[in-house]
Amino acid sequence: MAAESPDAAPVLTPATIADQEAGPVERFRRRVTEGELGSLPVIAGLVIIWITFQILNPNFLSARNLTNLIVQIADMGTIAVGIVLVLLLGEIDLSVGSVSGLGAGVMGVLQVKHGVPALIAVPAGVLTGTLVGLLQGFWFTRFKVPSFVVTLAGLLAWEGLLILILGTTGTINLFDPGIDAIAGNFVSPAGGWIIAAVGLLLFLGGMLRTRQRRARAGLETRPIAGLLFRAATASVLVLAAVYILNSDRGTPYALLILLGLVIGFDYITRRTRFGRHIFAVGGNAEAARRAGISVTFIRMAVFTLAGTLAATGGIIAASRLLAVNQSSGSGDVLLNAIAAAVIGGTSLFGGRGTVWAALTGSLVIGSIQNGMDLLALSAAIRFMVIGAVLLVAVTVDAIARQGRASAGRA
Amino acid sequence: MTEEPSAVASRSQGPAREPLLELRDINVRFGAVQALTDVNLKVYSGEVLALVGDNGAGKSTLIKCIAGINIPDHGQILFEGKEVRFTGPRDPTALGISTVYQDLALSDNLDVVANLYLGREETDRPIPSISEEQMEKRAREVLADLNVTTLQSPRLVVASLSGGQRQSVAVARSVMWSAKVVILDEPTAALGVAQTKQVLDLILRLKQQGHAVIVISHNLGDVFEVADRIVVLRLGRNAGDFEAKDVDRDDVVAAITGANIAAASAATPGTATPTA
Repeated sequence: MAAESPDAAPVLTPATIADQEAGPVERFRRRVTEGELGSLPVIAGLVIIWITFQILNPNFLSARNLTNLIVQIADMGTIAVGIVLVLLLGEIDLSVGSVSGLGAGVMGVLQVKHGVPALIAVPAGVLTGTLVGLLQGFWFTRFKVPSFVVTLAGLLAWEGLLILILGTTGTINLFDPGIDAIAGNFVSPAGGWIIAAVGLLLFLGGMLRTRQRRARAGLETRPIAGLLFRAATASVLVLAAVYILNSDRGTPYALLILLGLVIGFDYITRRTRFGRHIFAVGGNAEAARRAGISVTFIRMAVFTLAGTLAATGGIIAASRLLAVNQSSGSGDVLLNAIAAAVIGGTSLFGGRGTVWAALTGSLVIGSIQNGMDLLALSAAIRFMVIGAVLLVAVTVDAIARQGRASAGRA
Repeated sequence: MTEEPSAVASRSQGPAREPLLELRDINVRFGAVQALTDVNLKVYSGEVLALVGDNGAGKSTLIKCIAGINIPDHGQILFEGKEVRFTGPRDPTALGISTVYQDLALSDNLDVVANLYLGREETDRPIPSISEEQMEKRAREVLADLNVTTLQSPRLVVASLSGGQRQSVAVARSVMWSAKVVILDEPTAALGVAQTKQVLDLILRLKQQGHAVIVISHNLGDVFEVADRIVVLRLGRNAGDFEAKDVDRDDVVAAITGANIAAASAATPGTATPTA
């Protein structure tokens, strides 16, 4: 390992370009001081939260409770994926809570009141979110009304629409086995192991393929030890998770949906032109426009995705609660999704973050809520704690931004 | 994957016979203000042309005519001897005229490779993922061609680069898409000594590769270091066209300020263009 730091070498020869400078310890120190923390704070925070609640209540880390936790965060995480995309653009969508309620409401009304099969009612609910997102994206880009205001109007309007379509019934109970399966069913233990093994093999294969392609293009490659370390870490995490889930009821469908969305959108944001253009618009919209990127298209597409994901999350929540009512999607749904995205490390200032933030951030928020539920804390305490956590997260984001600025990286 | 047309390069000091880009009798009027009056400009391949003049002399307006942002009310633009009409910024870009504005238009949150390819990313088939390896390889080649050696890695985020490095990235982006004419608007403004040197070296490198380079600058020191020809604008009109090696600083200053046009012309009888 290179122990010397080549800091501040003013002129480097092409030979040193290939040199990947500094060892891992030095790289870590620099990332901390320069505000490039990535997912470190959130994982450290999660460990502390889990240890704390385990001490306060020994049931917290039981297989049953961890499985409950996973099912509880699936809807929040799904909505947060959409929030991450919107934050990457440097915008905000305040309507996702109401849209999640509306999507679930459309599904519930169609299925229960009109006898529409679940296979049609569920896509119709998702599509409702798509249309709402498209409309808000259109309004934002066409009339240049700040997204904050357009979606704030949406927050109120879509909640009103939900109450309207629910009509006098108020609450709709969902008994359809298809809908209930979304958050209520589990993959068999063997199925869980197979899915985990396939996923890990794909992960390893992807890393090896990238390495091979870089070598073929004559570019420097990361040391094989680092690659193996990442593969080993991922394997331990995934296999431990499957083991724990299997010792209770198995891997929840809801987790697979959330993981599928996170991995899919992570790929889209990092490896496709569309994703690259989202980052470009979030970083410097004028530069993106001059580079020939259709800023309007990117913005409308992202708001449409956010609406779609919000409705999807709302349907998962309805499936978990087995009901849709007038308060579906209201309360802390919106705040939790935004907090999850930010706590996971997505910057509020646009252009920085990863979709994985939706998962890690939801785990943090979900763990705190789940832990406080186990301790039977009152709503008053719970609201204040979640508020404080959100404040800490955005403060870390703002301080990291200052760190980057003073290191010349903002 | 287009390479720069290095065959165009003329190693000799003298310009090739036919101008690559020529502007004839350009007039631009903004309402009551006549911004440009009968301005002429010739640019040759493998030449660095400095466009100088005081604030409000019409440099930016003229550049915007070449960049397709301002449409001249009157006058002709000829590219490779043929008259062209620009109706928007895409037209000159398609011909191979690219402009690097002062704000550089880079995305700070993306790395150098992503910025070089912004809006033009190459993708693999059948799964449409960005071909990072091909792009990085070519980015390294382009940067090496331009002797941009201070960049440790093209995978650095642009936000972490110095002013000179950013300018280099913006220039590299403009030439890597087979530009024949590169226009640089105040490329050394706000740069330190070492970084200015970097950018000036880059300009000379572009010239060596056979590009025509138009540099707008207020800094006559920089101008004399790189320019083959110096064109002066004053109050929206041509106020001098000098061979850089035949003229000294005072003559150029005189032409810029209009202090003594006759003296300036007399000092370099063959080359100075007296103005009306």
